[in-house]
Amino acid sequence: MKRLSLILFVLLALFVTAGFAQNITIGMTVSKTGSMNVDSLEQYRGFELWRDQVNAAGGIKAGGKSYKIQFVSYDDESNVKRVQQLYSRLILQDNADFLFSPYSSPLTATAAIVTEQNGKIMLTTGAAEGKTYTLGNHYLFQMFTPGAEYLKGALDALKTKDPKATVAFVYEDASFSNSVVDPARAYAQQIGVNVVFSERYAPNTTDFSAIIDKVIASKATVLLGGGHYADGSTLAKQLYEHKVPVKMIALLVAPDSPKWPELGDAALGVIVPSQWEPQVVFKAQYGPSGTDFAKAYTAKYNDAPSYESAGGYASGLILQRAIEQAGGTDTAKVADALNKTDITTFYGRTKFSTTAADHGLQVGHAMVLAQWQKDKSGKLVKQVVWPVAAKSASLAYPIH
Amino acid sequence: MGREMSGILASMIDGVLIGSVYGLAAMGLSLIWGVMDVINLTHGAVIALGMFGMYLLFAAFPVNAYFLLLPIIVLGLLLGLVIYWTSVHWVIGRPQLASLLSTFAVNMIIIGAGTAIWSTSPYNVNFTLRGITIGEYTFTGNHIAAAIGAVIIALALELFLYRTRPGKAIRAVADNREAAELMGISSTTVLALAFAIGIALACASGALVSTLFPFTILSGATYQMKSFVVTVLAGLGKPLGALVAGVLLGLLEGAVTPFIAVSWIPLIEFGLFVIVLVAFPKGLFARATA
Repeated sequence: MKRLSLILFVLLALFVTAGFAQNITIGMTVSKTGSMNVDSLEQYRGFELWRDQVNAAGGIKAGGKSYKIQFVSYDDESNVKRVQQLYSRLILQDNADFLFSPYSSPLTATAAIVTEQNGKIMLTTGAAEGKTYTLGNHYLFQMFTPGAEYLKGALDALKTKDPKATVAFVYEDASFSNSVVDPARAYAQQIGVNVVFSERYAPNTTDFSAIIDKVIASKATVLLGGGHYADGSTLAKQLYEHKVPVKMIALLVAPDSPKWPELGDAALGVIVPSQWEPQVVFKAQYGPSGTDFAKAYTAKYNDAPSYESAGGYASGLILQRAIEQAGGTDTAKVADALNKTDITTFYGRTKFSTTAADHGLQVGHAMVLAQWQKDKSGKLVKQVVWPVAAKSASLAYPIH
Repeated sequence: MGREMSGILASMIDGVLIGSVYGLAAMGLSLIWGVMDVINLTHGAVIALGMFGMYLLFAAFPVNAYFLLLPIIVLGLLLGLVIYWTSVHWVIGRPQLASLLSTFAVNMIIIGAGTAIWSTSPYNVNFTLRGITIGEYTFTGNHIAAAIGAVIIALALELFLYRTRPGKAIRAVADNREAAELMGISSTTVLALAFAIGIALACASGALVSTLFPFTILSGATYQMKSFVVTVLAGLGKPLGALVAGVLLGLLEGAVTPFIAVSWIPLIEFGLFVIVLVAFPKGLFARATA
């Protein structure tokens, strides 16, 4: 009899704890294959590190319960059609409670249509294009500073360093880079920087010789543009091989990757507008410090975190905090908490627009410029060079 | 004006250099198409294998990458024989759709396996030859070496086809298979040989491209499309014509790009493709070599 009551007690205890330890399912797609592969994987590692750390600490504690996080993810092949199918599947078959975005603006814009139709919250990261947020979405929240801001820093720096510089924009014909360069061109005009050449290239371009010949003919002294990793790294390599006489090169996304130094001398001096760099220290009101994040990331993946990784991890943090504030996983309550979010983490400030015109757009986060420079031992390292207040080294201008 | 002219000239030289590699790629497609009436849809995938072949060999033997062309051609011949005996031999003489489907299947198998092994992330062959700088323009050593490599391989093939017995046998089978068999030529051996050479050429062109640009297992598709355009320009089964047409295509790309946005190039190329198909169904060099 004693034994039976003991068994009953254990069973009851198990039942009760099982009732408290619930799971939260977060769905996402990852570009394990295709052109977005490099950046997407870095972003996913950020998500993953966050999940593992939260689960190791017992899960998210909200409303007296603790929730373990589980992921459901699929390979979207960097393909818009796959994203559409897979986000439907994540919501309808896998019953995801919340979603993280794929990597890149077009994939995210597609995923957003599905999540919004189904009334699911999606935190978007690795997707800077701002247009999606003007479409009247209610459950979409952007972690990245929008595209229009990306090249403003480079133009400001240029205006200070060399007001007579002439600029060539060479950029990927894709929604993200268009959303960056169109406002940047207008901004250049506004601050009086002379733009002498502007041309887009197809997303899968590998041979830039034709465009490079045109840049040389235009007599541009500065090249701004790029798109993603594959095209940006190739462009930088070929600019170097063709000895294009430019004094400054700022490219989107690609130079942020820890893989960038593999380009050797072609990597030197290239600038990237960055959502986050380990050198920029924010006093975190929530979650780990930048140093702790970078340390844990490097320990797990044996690689330095990129801003895509940081964005991934920060998405988790912001969602975690919103769930805690909402006291549970109810979509309306969590959305409400996200709307009220104004917090600084290791990744910087996060605040979402709550106006009807651009609900969910990131309005709190600021960007920096990072440049690949050689340290004393001759090793390529990424230094923060702009804004001056946040710099870890001075801008090297001209490059060579 | 002088500056503009030098820009156009530089662009045309770049075009000719890359065009010779297009030409080499197209020679493989053209040879197979011309000799055995098979539209080889493994072409792009095999070009990509050539790229990875160079990548792996160069990683193992970091010598001058262009010396590695020889083993790649040998491996390409072997690969060609394997593909021929597993999936092409059985459909020769059947309606063209059969060989189209079977080579397409092989293409999917190669790409599927390649994606599993290497993913679709970009790879690089880190080998750089010193370039030549003229004024403001630099022509990379790799482009020059690749163009020279393409021309040497093309001339070697031409010599083989016109000066050796197996080469003559290939041409005989291409001209008239039945008559060639009556003359004691084993058409099966010849077809296998021609297919293997076609595949080896595709591998070689892929290997050359890999020294110029980063690549993924899917990169062959671009060169396959260009190969179709070049083959149609040159006419079927005219390998040297394919090289010349490749150079012409590159020259055209180089000549028009200073004036228009590069995104217009595919439109111009395929516009040309349609015009040549309609106006010169046997290719631009039909009369010269017929």
